Amino acid sequence: MNHYPWWKNLMVVLVVTLGGLLALPNLFGEDPAIQIARDDYQPLAEGTVTRIREMMQREQLVNRGVFDEDGRALVRFENVETQLKAHDLLKSEMGSGYSSALAMAPRTPMWLRAIGLRPMSLGLDLRGGVHFLYEVDVKGTVNQTLERYESDFKQLLRKEDVRYVRVRQQDGLVEVVLRDQADAETARDIIEDADPELQIIESDDGENVVLKVSMTEQQIKQRQDFAIEQNITTLRNRVNEIGVAEPVVQRQGLDRIVVQLPGVQDSTRAKKVLGATATLEFRLVDQEGDPYQAKRSGRVPLNAILLENRQGQPVLLKRDTIVTGDQLTDASSGFSEGSAVVKVRLDAKGARKMLETTKRNLDKPMGVVFIEKKREMVEREGEQVEVDVTERTVINVATIRGVFSSTFQIEGLTPFESRDLALLLRAGSLAAPIYIVEERTIGPSLGQANIDQGFNAVAAGFLVVVLFMAIYFKVFGLIANLALMMNVVLLVALLSLLQASLTLPGIAGIVLTVGMAVDANVLIFARIREELRDGNTPQAAIHAGYDKAFSSIADANVTTLIASVILFAFGTGPIKGFAVTLSLGIITSMFTAIVGTRAVVNLVFGRRKLKSLAI
Amino acid sequence: MELIKETHINFMALRKGAFIMSVLLIALSIGSIASRGLNFGIDFTGGVLLEVGYPQSADLPALRDQLAKAGIEQAQVQNFGTSRDVMIRLMPDETQNNADVGESIMAILKQATPGVELRRVEFVGPQVGEELTEQGSLAMLFALIMIGGYVWARFQWKLSAGALAALAHDVTITLGFFAVTQIAFDLSVLAAVLAVIGYSLNDTIVVYDRIRENFRGIRNGEPLEIMNVSLNQVLERTLLTSGTTLLVLSALFFLGGEAIRPFSVALLVGIFVGTYSSIYVASALALELKLTLADLMPPKKEDLVDDMP
Repeated sequence: MNHYPWWKNLMVVLVVTLGGLLALPNLFGEDPAIQIARDDYQPLAEGTVTRIREMMQREQLVNRGVFDEDGRALVRFENVETQLKAHDLLKSEMGSGYSSALAMAPRTPMWLRAIGLRPMSLGLDLRGGVHFLYEVDVKGTVNQTLERYESDFKQLLRKEDVRYVRVRQQDGLVEVVLRDQADAETARDIIEDADPELQIIESDDGENVVLKVSMTEQQIKQRQDFAIEQNITTLRNRVNEIGVAEPVVQRQGLDRIVVQLPGVQDSTRAKKVLGATATLEFRLVDQEGDPYQAKRSGRVPLNAILLENRQGQPVLLKRDTIVTGDQLTDASSGFSEGSAVVKVRLDAKGARKMLETTKRNLDKPMGVVFIEKKREMVEREGEQVEVDVTERTVINVATIRGVFSSTFQIEGLTPFESRDLALLLRAGSLAAPIYIVEERTIGPSLGQANIDQGFNAVAAGFLVVVLFMAIYFKVFGLIANLALMMNVVLLVALLSLLQASLTLPGIAGIVLTVGMAVDANVLIFARIREELRDGNTPQAAIHAGYDKAFSSIADANVTTLIASVILFAFGTGPIKGFAVTLSLGIITSMFTAIVGTRAVVNLVFGRRKLKSLAI
Repeated sequence: MELIKETHINFMALRKGAFIMSVLLIALSIGSIASRGLNFGIDFTGGVLLEVGYPQSADLPALRDQLAKAGIEQAQVQNFGTSRDVMIRLMPDETQNNADVGESIMAILKQATPGVELRRVEFVGPQVGEELTEQGSLAMLFALIMIGGYVWARFQWKLSAGALAALAHDVTITLGFFAVTQIAFDLSVLAAVLAVIGYSLNDTIVVYDRIRENFRGIRNGEPLEIMNVSLNQVLERTLLTSGTTLLVLSALFFLGGEAIRPFSVALLVGIFVGTYSSIYVASALALELKLTLADLMPPKKEDLVDDMP
């Protein structure tokens, strides 16, 4: 007799139910949409949604409704063209302080969303968008650091009256050449004082004493990682500016950054915004003038400049800068005496200037100005013209509490703000050069075509296999088909759960899985037939069929699994997608084809006396 | 329904002829890969690729003229799928490693035909291509070693030698097919070839499993006879599984669109060759290596794995 213990049946039922539930959100499709939020993450004011609704009506942009979702507005559209038109409109009409992002809004019902279920996320090749692969010039970063050391050492040596023959950066190290041993000793002390981690090798070239100063492997690695992290932060900030709902900005390998912007069609503009450069300045606040007065009248005091802070309020700053961004070497957020601070590090020149300034200006406010240079397309006399734009924003005004030079802290911030500021400082001032090594733009029509063709291929392949199995193995074939269907559902469920991007090769992986998933059942059923031919009773044949086919199935699947894991490890982008669906498919098919079909077979045939089997 | 009842085909009798055919095919493949090479896609070579859609049939010669006038002379211009779809490809030396070439080409095309629609643009820097080629070869090598190691651990060395020979056979012939036909070899084809490695072995292992079982079951049989019996026993399954897989791949080939076609071709060829090789390379080679019962007797304390569903 063939029957499963109750817990095995329960497990099959549970897995199937759970799989069905997880896969459910995929049935509803999605709308092209626009998300409107405030830049400062505050919820939208009450009338905003109505305002947007009226705006849509006035411009006759057909939409599926404007919704308030967690303090953000979501406008749903029927097609991408209207979505893009509305995006341009909203950007110009909403004004500054708001950001609007292209998005795909799932039509998943509320109760499913409430328990956190989402449909599969589609890869760029299926939904359209742009993909950039940037390479970070890490060598350049190290050279930059060495150059900074070079100028630091020169200044420090001069300050201590040590006369040097030359200080020069070359071949990954800084050479400090001195007249005699005594000078070398002093120089060594000075260098060690500046940065105790540096490696110093002393040699004598017959005439002079040469100190070869180099960074440790660890320092170099840190420097490079730091440069990449900074660039990622910068790119993230810029991506937010472009307005994309689900952007991907990720490190890839040693020195690469992937940026993916789903739904974006204008790669030229995206490239320009992403490629912008940014720096930073420190200036004292001009306390004599009234910034509001200056803004109203447009008359700015002689030795001051008028800027705005992030909230749009005017700030008057002194015309002289204390320190500029290229003198900043590091910034990190942390805590000091229980309150959040940003620790900033300056190079020698910046430190000296800062020391002088703070000495003379204790308890006065100092402003941090964030300067971004970017290229923008502007309409001028009916033509699109490219212009360089420099944007200056005061990101912070803080009171000078003590005298400081090379390292100091900016206080009076919330932990969140301080982290943001440290990121901004690093991101804004220290980006290593990056360049594009790979770019892909997929138009929306191709994306949709890929989805349709992919779906057709899966459906057709599925249908052919199902028909074939039903004809060839009769009742057992139907059971195998049930398992095959469950297999696809489970696969979709897992993909939705993991939120791994589904790509075109990923769909190919599903197709291949459908073809290969029946293999386990074919093996089992062929074996059952053989056992029947050998004169075994139906029940014994079923038992032996499942039993004897198992090792073949396991071995065969393990090898395919190895191949797909290797694909995953070595592959990038779309290939990873293929590897993911293939390996998940192998695992789910093992379950449905062996455990799943056995449960049904046991249920149908298990407790009966059988003379023959419909196989 | 049962297409294949009990068969008694003497597979092994044909092994000499099959060997000759395999050797010829491999020679042809290697020769073709060496002389013509693979038609690598821009994933590997680097360069710029544009796919554009025209409202009517595209006039390719006129299009080449438009590009040549703008100073782009070496562009490869061809139809992609239908006569309205055009693919334009530039090698990396012509792009000067500049990602903006795609946009300027698009501007030229738009000027001549305003209705032209951009489907996709791809720019791959030469350094990325080089890395991919390196990584791809590494992945293939790694897959062969890992899988070889697994078979080695699960089966006897004569069988694993046969399995590895079959894998090398399948990969070579699939690559050879791409060299002969000059179908574009892109990243997805590489993935397909790796999947072929997995699949081909899948097939071989099912055959081996049965051979091992029968060696242990029919104790005084001739190796050749046992092989034949085993192959006949799994023939139905072999043909059914290859059949369903080839069916779905045909669906992918015909319905999946132009971009995925080379991928489906690689799998179609690979699985076809893989089915053949599990019989005539993997099993026949093990027979030539004088596989005996003693090779397959279980070591004293193992077989915990085999007894379960």
